Amino acid sequence: MGGQTKRQAPRIAVASGKGGTGKTTVALNLAIMFDEPVQLADCDVEEPNLNLFLQFDQLDSQPVTMLVPEIRADRCTGCGACSEICRFNGLVSLGTSKPLLFPELCHGCGGCALVCPAEAISERPLQIGTVNCGHSNAIRLVEGRLDVGVSLVPPVIRAVTNQLFSDIPAILDAPPGTSCPAVATLRESDYVLLVADPTPFSLHDLKLAVAMVRELRLPCGVIINRAGEDLVGLSRYCQDECLPVLLSLPDDRQIAEVVSKGQLVAHCLPEYGLLFKQLADRVRTELQQHGGQP
Amino acid sequence: MKLIAFSTSGTELDAELDPRFGRARGFLLYDLELQQIRLLENEQSRNAAQGAGIHAAEAIVRAGVDTLVTGHCGPKAFRVLDAAGVQVYNCPVIPLQEALQALQGGILQAATAADVEDHW
Repeated sequence: MGGQTKRQAPRIAVASGKGGTGKTTVALNLAIMFDEPVQLADCDVEEPNLNLFLQFDQLDSQPVTMLVPEIRADRCTGCGACSEICRFNGLVSLGTSKPLLFPELCHGCGGCALVCPAEAISERPLQIGTVNCGHSNAIRLVEGRLDVGVSLVPPVIRAVTNQLFSDIPAILDAPPGTSCPAVATLRESDYVLLVADPTPFSLHDLKLAVAMVRELRLPCGVIINRAGEDLVGLSRYCQDECLPVLLSLPDDRQIAEVVSKGQLVAHCLPEYGLLFKQLADRVRTELQQHGGQP
Repeated sequence: MKLIAFSTSGTELDAELDPRFGRARGFLLYDLELQQIRLLENEQSRNAAQGAGIHAAEAIVRAGVDTLVTGHCGPKAFRVLDAAGVQVYNCPVIPLQEALQALQGGILQAATAADVEDHW
């Protein structure tokens, strides 16, 4: 997975099965305490929020496009080959005139243009989102934003990871869940930090996330957020599954207050800043240990 | 009006209308001239990840249907049906036999637009 493209610096994804466990808090504060230049990628392109916590000099914006079909009415014979191959119902041929197009359903595979015997289909770029790049001190942020009304998340995530420099370490704030958007982010990673809290929902979804990470054959560690009384057996699960717990962040109201103001925990609460610094060190050790793995 | 499609999960005219179009179990096609019924499965559209209405609309157009009686029809499906000249009639959930009578008696009004949003 991570080894497909040659990289000189590691990429660490911060993911979780359940939403709202603290991915953004971990990604941000890990980046702040990383002690070397680092890139921070907001791969949660449906609701990017890293920019709320960091001030940027200037954001360089680029459109993300996808190729969608365009039909030449004078060439179309209405044979229907295009709508037959399209499993996304992005176009429909009624046999009489040229096909009706539904670009919002298109996945940009180009199959319709390939199978058209009359060469009546060409492709045009359709904007589906934007990628913003900028700097905040030693952190380089790359952020993806999906356009409103668009449902194709993975291409925008790929556009984000394509903007990352290969020689600077990167922390990827992944979208929650275990579906295509999370997989698209993890595919570009070398190590995964799974954030969970001691609630039944979070434990349930952590199990799904661990299954996803193992399917992708990526090494991972767990971060327990809002740690307190562990009634659901989160720690025991991690032990049983040989998942290293790299950080346990207590359930402290001060953390919630700092985050709610758009401030950085590592800066405002130095005792926790120290924990994130230790996390950065532990992640480095983990990466060295797993360096030989795919 | 020659070939009428009713969205339904049944196989006979005494079955009830299915309020869904794209993800209906199937369609009962009624040939007015021959007074015969025929079943059109909707398996592929029902299992489509997206665009079920579009796919179902394409299937009934290809089956030669010119009139559709269903519960609700969204904008994408309506666009396909409209382009193919299929007249759409929105109808409450009643037995198909009664829906047919309502259609023939002029009680059902032909729809001029989709009556629901996408993914209603």
